[in-house]
Amino acid sequence: MSDPGILAVTKAGTDPVRAQLDGPSGTRPRRLISRRNIFLYGTLILVSLYYLLPLYVMIVTSLKGMPEIRMGNIFAPPVEITFEPWVKAWSEACTGLNCDGLSRGFWNSVRITVPSVILSIAIASVNGYALANWRFKGADIFFTILIFGAFIPYQVMLYPIVILLREMGLYGTLWGLVLVHSVFGMPILTLLFRNYFTSLPEELFKAARVDGAGFWGIYFQIMLPMSLPIFVVAMILQVTGIWNDFLFGVVYTKPEYYPMTVQLNNIVNSVQGVKEYNVNMAATILTGLVPLVIYFVSGRLFVRGIAAGAVKG
Amino acid sequence: MASEAKRPIGLFRNLAAKIAAIPMILTALVVFLGGTLWTVTYSFTNSKLLPRADFVGFDQYERLWATERWQVSIENLMIYGLCSLVFSFIIGFVLAALMDQKIRFENTFRTIILYPFALSFIVTGLVWQWLLNPDLGIQNVIRSLGFTNFDFNPLYNPDIVIYGVLIAGLWQGTGLVMVLMLAGLRGIDGDIWKAARVDGIPMWKTYLFIVIPMMRPVFITTLVIIASGIVRLYDLIVAQTSGGPGISSEVPAKYVYDYMFQGQNLGQGFAASTMMLLAVAIVIIPWAMLEFGGKKRV
Amino acid sequence: MTDANRKSVEIKNLDLNFGAVKVLRNLNLDVYEGEFLVLLGSSGCGKSTLLNCIAGLLEITEGQIWIKGTNVTWAEPSARGIGMVFQSYALYPQMTVEGNMSFGLKNARVPKPQIKERVARAAEVLQIEPLLKRKPSALSGGQRQRVAIGRALVRDVDVFLFDEPLSNLDAKLRADLRVELKQLHHRLKNTMIYVTHDQVEAMTLASRIAIMKDGMIQQLASPEEIYSRPANLYVADFIGSPAMNLVKGTVSGNRFTSGALSIPLDGYDFTRPAKGEAWFGIRPEHILVGDDARTGDAVLDLEAEVVEPLGSDTLILTSLNGGRFWLRTDGQTRIRSGDHITVGLRTADASLFDTGDEARL
Repeated sequence: MSDPGILAVTKAGTDPVRAQLDGPSGTRPRRLISRRNIFLYGTLILVSLYYLLPLYVMIVTSLKGMPEIRMGNIFAPPVEITFEPWVKAWSEACTGLNCDGLSRGFWNSVRITVPSVILSIAIASVNGYALANWRFKGADIFFTILIFGAFIPYQVMLYPIVILLREMGLYGTLWGLVLVHSVFGMPILTLLFRNYFTSLPEELFKAARVDGAGFWGIYFQIMLPMSLPIFVVAMILQVTGIWNDFLFGVVYTKPEYYPMTVQLNNIVNSVQGVKEYNVNMAATILTGLVPLVIYFVSGRLFVRGIAAGAVKG
Repeated sequence: MASEAKRPIGLFRNLAAKIAAIPMILTALVVFLGGTLWTVTYSFTNSKLLPRADFVGFDQYERLWATERWQVSIENLMIYGLCSLVFSFIIGFVLAALMDQKIRFENTFRTIILYPFALSFIVTGLVWQWLLNPDLGIQNVIRSLGFTNFDFNPLYNPDIVIYGVLIAGLWQGTGLVMVLMLAGLRGIDGDIWKAARVDGIPMWKTYLFIVIPMMRPVFITTLVIIASGIVRLYDLIVAQTSGGPGISSEVPAKYVYDYMFQGQNLGQGFAASTMMLLAVAIVIIPWAMLEFGGKKRV
Repeated sequence: MTDANRKSVEIKNLDLNFGAVKVLRNLNLDVYEGEFLVLLGSSGCGKSTLLNCIAGLLEITEGQIWIKGTNVTWAEPSARGIGMVFQSYALYPQMTVEGNMSFGLKNARVPKPQIKERVARAAEVLQIEPLLKRKPSALSGGQRQRVAIGRALVRDVDVFLFDEPLSNLDAKLRADLRVELKQLHHRLKNTMIYVTHDQVEAMTLASRIAIMKDGMIQQLASPEEIYSRPANLYVADFIGSPAMNLVKGTVSGNRFTSGALSIPLDGYDFTRPAKGEAWFGIRPEHILVGDDARTGDAVLDLEAEVVEPLGSDTLILTSLNGGRFWLRTDGQTRIRSGDHITVGLRTADASLFDTGDEARL
């Protein structure tokens, strides 16, 4: 073992000669336009254009008059901008049953989505909390069934739920649909909340118990205030999911309560009359608007929400 | 001794948590487990307008598999499913790998590629129905550019209509695969890249032989999520083609709905949905064995 | 200081199983009032588990727990008359320091003026008055731990439980807070049960140390006793750094022999008559080097293989009968690796252990 002092002296000695170094020195030059960058950004920009194209076509189509659409090219920007298709889509478009436009579906969707989101999140967050912090015998079995349930095709459970709702007197009502959304939102949301509450330090929970807080006390006073981000994630997940639902809306409600997606499909795919593509596209944008706005505003939280499904439990 | 706490016994132990879990327990037992068993059981009956406990063995299944519409549905689902898996995985992974190159505007690119996923399948289906409109859509634009023989009309050609749906499905779903893959790539220890660089291994080789094998769990989870979504394929078909032309773009989920709620032939609907369940089980059970069977040993 | 007659915490025949795994086994422990008891052991020995059982955060499988003469085996944590301090501090992030300290009292429906008074008193004791309106995120690690102690303090309880409270702090802060904890104990004279894996903390703080392994207490004694008269091989090896030197040999005719080493056992205080194979243990710092070496009951000639100067003292690695043999000598030693040194061993400093049950002889 040599004297460690010698090593230290040689190391310190290299510093003063820095100014006279030959050859490469300092930061390596890097070209902004390299072959790698052209390929990389070129590909990404092309892909982005492909993804944006349908949105663009939707918007320009909805702003054109029908004659212009028949004459021209779907990619061309409108020569004469008109908002008439939007007005018509919102308040006059016909579904075969009635002709008061999408507005009815919009308000139905609002009336379905708001209570569904609140109810499903309330139930799932308490479930997740009980599973994470107050494990009781058998809880894991129910949770496993719940998670497997998320993979069962909805079609398998469609009819039994019809029977259950009919027994409860809720078949064909808004509240029946709210219940269905809460039930089918439960697996993913419970998983989301359970994982989140498990990730919180367990000692915090223990400290609260020593401090004499009970099940609900800890939930409301300790856990809830710490969990706002995950509630926002759950909300994004549920609002977009429920707003975009088609199957449950069509199965469990009456035409007067049809959500926006169902009504949109009925407007566009109704065989009566002349196809008004501009009105159809305006209606399509209107229906996609709520989830799109949520998506663009929420950004990273949306990503976190959908990735939650991939996080192992 | 009087001040001693009583031992809370049996059912009443941890009572608040149990009460709070009642919705979950009901959902798991009554809806998911009970509903599934009920449907499977009644698929062996000859229920028509209303469920009847008149058991007829495998009659419904025999009829199901003899129906042309069901055969077409299964074929379509296989084509759609296989292509959708292969393409969304390849495109999703390549995009994720590109996004992982410490690029600028990563957020912007990700936002653009993922936004279709926020949309309803109905919206997606209707947009692509319009884009693929033979008289006014993409085909028309390209023909008007001078390529008069250009032919791209999937929605009205029974042989390729399912590929028209596939385009829309991929447009909507690839972003999700990309995000999941990107999360997987980000989860890989950064030292792996450093080690590969020091060893002088080219990037593509690092991906192929080191990174992809390390991402096996991410691939499997993504596969399960995507596959169970594919089996449910319904809204997109309803919006984009309504199953047409003819029955050439029918899928099992639509078969179930139509027989249950329009055709008043519940037994067929139950049998068809049980077949869907079987298809999902084939994907899920091996995965669960892999995932949870391995966990038990720890 | 300790009132030897009054028991504060009693643990009677306690068993804890997680499924088939026996975590704590037939454990008995009495903690006296005003005592500072340290539960010491490596990770997984069950020390934290035992503390959680005392707190009521884990349900035990068999046995009883008594606190202040009351059987609290089935009582809620908050009803046991304990305060607890955690390794990660476990401060409620959304509440201020004051809110953190008063949360337990609010749950116990203590009147507001009294809460204020108690919080103020605890804050004074811990010198955290200026921090009362801050959130935990605005505090340093040391301040957070003070608040966590304050939260236990306001509860006006007889027993404080500490679960590795200093482990998350850096070395210097840890040493400072250790001293403060000791001063706090002197002032409050409460019963304190303290879990740690750090033997320095255990030796400096404890009135008594309970060394645990595999869910059982290996030795329960004062720090001095544990250091100088370890009850078994495990304790001997666990306490001290570097660990006690151990040499396998035979006891016969009141002499221990092993290769070059032969030492008379006349001055050794046997716990039981012994003969045959045994471990001979001696701490590195008890080995005489230099001028004193010749005064030992046995004198050896060893070769220094590695010399580690630590400043205050120097560690020297030698080998004896093929095994490692450490010596500790003063920091000014001139010994270099390769030197031959004469060392002396004193019987009175040694420990002997049975090779079978590994208990002290």
